[in-house]
Amino acid sequence: MKLRPRDLPLLVAAIVLVTAFAAGALRYDHFASVAVVRNLLVDNAFLGVAAVGATFVILSGGIDLSVGAVMAFTGVVVAALVERGGVHPGIAIAIALALGAAFGLLQGAIIRGFALPAFLVTLAGMFLARGMAFAVEPQSRPIRHPFVATTLNESATIALPLGETSTTIPLTVSIGAVTFVVAWFVLRQTPFGRRVYAIGDDLQGATVLGLPVAATTIAVYAISGFLSALAGVVFVLYQQAGDPTACKGLELDAIAAVVIGGTLLRGGVGSVVGTLIGVLIYGLIQTIITFEGTLSSWWTRIVVGALILAFVAAQRGLERVGRRLADA
Amino acid sequence: MLAARGLRKRFGPVLALDSVDLEIRPGEVLGLMGENGAGKSTLIKCLTGLHRPDAGTIERDGRPITLRSPRDAEALGVSTVHQEVHLIPHATVAENICLGREPRRNWLLGGSIRWRRVRERANAALARLGLALDVRREVSTLPLAIRQLVAIARALDIEARTLILDEPTSSLDRDEVERLFSTLRRLRGEGLGIVVVTHFLDQVYAIADRIAVLRDGRLVGAALAASLPRAELVAMMVGRAIAPAAARASSEAERPRAAALSARGLRRRGALDGVDLDVAAGEAVGLAGLLGSGRSETLRALFGADPIDEGAIEVSGRRHSIRSPGAAMRLGLAFLSEDRRGDGILPSLSVRDNLITALQAQRGILRRVGRREAAALADRLIASLRIKAPSASTPIARLSGGNQQKVLLARWLATDPRVLLLDEPTRGIDIGAKADVLALVASLREKGLAVVFVSSELEELAAACGRVVVLRDRRSVAQLRGADVDPSAMLAAVAAAPEGGARD
Repeated sequence: MKLRPRDLPLLVAAIVLVTAFAAGALRYDHFASVAVVRNLLVDNAFLGVAAVGATFVILSGGIDLSVGAVMAFTGVVVAALVERGGVHPGIAIAIALALGAAFGLLQGAIIRGFALPAFLVTLAGMFLARGMAFAVEPQSRPIRHPFVATTLNESATIALPLGETSTTIPLTVSIGAVTFVVAWFVLRQTPFGRRVYAIGDDLQGATVLGLPVAATTIAVYAISGFLSALAGVVFVLYQQAGDPTACKGLELDAIAAVVIGGTLLRGGVGSVVGTLIGVLIYGLIQTIITFEGTLSSWWTRIVVGALILAFVAAQRGLERVGRRLADA
Repeated sequence: MLAARGLRKRFGPVLALDSVDLEIRPGEVLGLMGENGAGKSTLIKCLTGLHRPDAGTIERDGRPITLRSPRDAEALGVSTVHQEVHLIPHATVAENICLGREPRRNWLLGGSIRWRRVRERANAALARLGLALDVRREVSTLPLAIRQLVAIARALDIEARTLILDEPTSSLDRDEVERLFSTLRRLRGEGLGIVVVTHFLDQVYAIADRIAVLRDGRLVGAALAASLPRAELVAMMVGRAIAPAAARASSEAERPRAAALSARGLRRRGALDGVDLDVAAGEAVGLAGLLGSGRSETLRALFGADPIDEGAIEVSGRRHSIRSPGAAMRLGLAFLSEDRRGDGILPSLSVRDNLITALQAQRGILRRVGRREAAALADRLIASLRIKAPSASTPIARLSGGNQQKVLLARWLATDPRVLLLDEPTRGIDIGAKADVLALVASLREKGLAVVFVSSELEELAAACGRVVVLRDRRSVAQLRGADVDPSAMLAAVAAAPEGGARD
């Protein structure tokens, strides 16, 4: 396959991921182990799901700032329904997912219907969802229902027989993996996915070409809302509690992972594979800094900040090269 | 056959289309012509479902149809290639051709796109145009002319029976235009009805079988190209008859006295194709031509706003390569853009601040125009140009169009220029202000400024200029001077056939 200029950021991200992992493996004992990789996946599954939603929105040329707040809201709704309302966790989760999708749908309809900037509408959505989370549960509420603790978190795991290092893949990681696969399929293989790219690439062009621009935009925010809720559910399974203060600013981590994965913030170019690499890079930096031991966890942010800057600058440079190739 | 019957469309107070009847016949290329604002785009948008007409009907083979969206139009076999090449830049050629109508697998397989079919269909559509191209390439990596052909291939991918092209040649060079035209002839041979919107006279005669002319939202006429003389076509477009006696264009190139500004062979891809121009101190030279003939583009090139690909520019006898407006200003050039709102006024700033911006830019930020100096300058200019403003500190947005224009002119006069480039300085201002602006231009010329004057109003050119350079299809094709500078002669020169030897 021929390497296209737009694939370069993805390639660079993959190289960064492999290099970082190799560096970690060389520097620390026990780094290149199944346990470390497993922890990396478990600790970042919810971020991965949220980042997939952010990928849809960013590819379509938009932005969603409500992700973290919707996650927290979902968590407390599940906790409240199960622990206070006596609702079965399965039903509570279904309700929470539907609420998230409806919330996203509403945001999309407002953005499209009133031609308002997505930044403002989802900023309002962020405050709204966070506020509602506190209204439902002022404090963190643990979930003790056996269906969550036992069935979902212990039984619904996949055993990986890797000889001595055999391990289990928890449900949260499976959800993340399925989310990535489905998102890849939708974006790459379906007409809807191609429309998401088209409206992010050239909105006016997509309109004139007769694509259903309004429906696509609204659907993108509904997907983001749904995946925020799903990320919230993953977070609940991970923490076994619903916490209204959880996931503050997580949408920015998700956006960072998307950008590091080579997706252009102005839309139209990028992929969910890149996002997966971005999330893994993010998690890997955290792991390395934990292994280092002497550095505080805030160093993750510093490294991520530097990485984003480097990637964005590199992308701009690649775009210039691409344009020169087009003119030639 | 696709037909419009009595189409009417109103935008607020403007009647953009007024009872327009038009037939698009199979196996025929219809050239649709008209000056700016004649209603061409509105008509096209009605025919493609982007606008809904207020009255009238659109018929396909005699049956009235309703178009709510470009999709409806496509379903009825009406395909459009819009003026700006509207493709999705980072999608592949194949994808762009099939976007919105991709062949899919059944729902059991998730309704996924059959990419191989997509590529096959794209290849088939391109083959119809005689174009061999890797359909996996990204559209953004292709030259404009090829993108244009890809857009046409997309239009053909549906069972198109009517193909509408809105100014398809505006960014193509000569060879590319010829290539496009041979494609269109081939499609015409296949029985398609084709509409080409253009304002290039030579091109419309090269491709169209029939020509329809719109003016002020009305259809002024439609005739076979072969039986429609160029002069008559131009007269229909601008709404004025050409007196046959005056239809003589003198083209002797007598060099004027010491040119303040002189340009030779200006070329810029997609904008200019050989423009020569001289203007001496104390002289006003007009640029006449139809919309799109390169009038504004010439001024922009001279001012360094758009870089030229070829050609030479001399200022006061010395050759300069003007690469930026800043460089032009340092050489004593001043440029009044036709887009007053976009390129000109700073709406929320005062008249005084608007007046000093060019002077401040010329001096650089280190040498500030002081408060007292600015006030004195503003008072002097407001008085001498008779700008009607409550005070120098009134926001410029509160002034009338004519007075805003005077402020912009005054802004340039503050820099003490030697050459004034004026692009449609009287457009959209009232009659009194027009007269003021023209009088001002005359007095500046008498004071020794060189003036290049662009206007679509030929009377104005005749009144203001001692000499007129006529542009057609982005080249300077004739020069009129003295008694020849009258509207009829200008029209005749604009309409002259290229073989007529009218070229310099």
